[in-house]
Amino acid sequence: MIVLPYITVLLLCQLAGEVTVRLCGLPLPGPVVGMVILFVALVIRGRVPPGLNDAVKAILGNFALLFIPASVGVMVHVKAIAAEAWPIAAAILGSTALTLVVAGRLMQALTRRDKGGKT
Amino acid sequence: MSTDLQSIWVYLSTSPLLGLTSTLLAYQAAMWLFEKGGRTPLLNPILVSVSFIVAFLLATGTEYRTYFDGAQFVHFLLGPATVALAVPLYNQMHILRRAWPAVLAVVLVGAVMAGGGAVAIAWSLGGSEKILLSLAPKSVTIPIAMGVAERIGGIPSLTAVMVMLTGIFGAVAGGWILDRAGVRDPASRGLAMGIASHGIGTVRALQMGEVAGAFSGLAIGLTGLATAVLVPLAVSLLR
Repeated sequence: MIVLPYITVLLLCQLAGEVTVRLCGLPLPGPVVGMVILFVALVIRGRVPPGLNDAVKAILGNFALLFIPASVGVMVHVKAIAAEAWPIAAAILGSTALTLVVAGRLMQALTRRDKGGKT
Repeated sequence: MSTDLQSIWVYLSTSPLLGLTSTLLAYQAAMWLFEKGGRTPLLNPILVSVSFIVAFLLATGTEYRTYFDGAQFVHFLLGPATVALAVPLYNQMHILRRAWPAVLAVVLVGAVMAGGGAVAIAWSLGGSEKILLSLAPKSVTIPIAMGVAERIGGIPSLTAVMVMLTGIFGAVAGGWILDRAGVRDPASRGLAMGIASHGIGTVRALQMGEVAGAFSGLAIGLTGLATAVLVPLAVSLLR
């Protein structure tokens, strides 16, 4: 597998992101800036190297696994969540439903106009 | 015999091996169940794995901190995985080129609604500051959400739980809600799913169709970026 150099590329982008955030005092997580750096690099390069595609598939293919250790932390917060169960549940259900409706309808309206009333 | 087992357990309970192994075992068991159950959103692999591990930790009296000593090796990969999201984003450049003004406008409005709406609702119902700060980034993919929560003084692991609940609700009810709202256009449906419920919603959008899936995947990165910029800014203005 020639995946290792591209894993290194991902780590270097993250490192560059972390350094940028600290140097410039940006209010952003380092890996997000790393993502932007890699995106810009890909746009400049004009294509995704096959090895990078493999490395990304290996990591994102088991994306769900990476969320587990942090999510197990719920056991530490059971009391905090139970104490405010109602505001938390209402906030999650309400805002998610609202966002789906508003974003969906807005996108539909905007792209319909783009098509010049073809719908 | 029992003292032998005792001493083995003493070794295992202090070694990172147990946290790491239990995470991988629980994940694979959960994935197996998910496939067996016809990939129903109700058997969400993260939810099932976490239940297994929490049950195991409680049964053995192991603290989260001890577990995390081993599991941190998996957790660390969230950083490179976030960087890796640049690749699917780049692969959707042709869509972005065509519809970018509409996509950007909708992502901005949606990101504000998802974060601001949640905070406003929780605040009006008497939620504490700790909960509000942990809720603000709940609609974006976990690595970004946790980074933002850490940045603004929320609790990253609490945010991870909020993100997971948001994703599961969006995946389970999203299609039904969009039907009720009269959103039929596949691109609009996908974009809305991705904005409201990140990667877990995108898995559902992919089942709706290719166009919905692509727009949903696009929304993960863009909403994450918008939230990563807007939430810390809003918090510093409100303080």
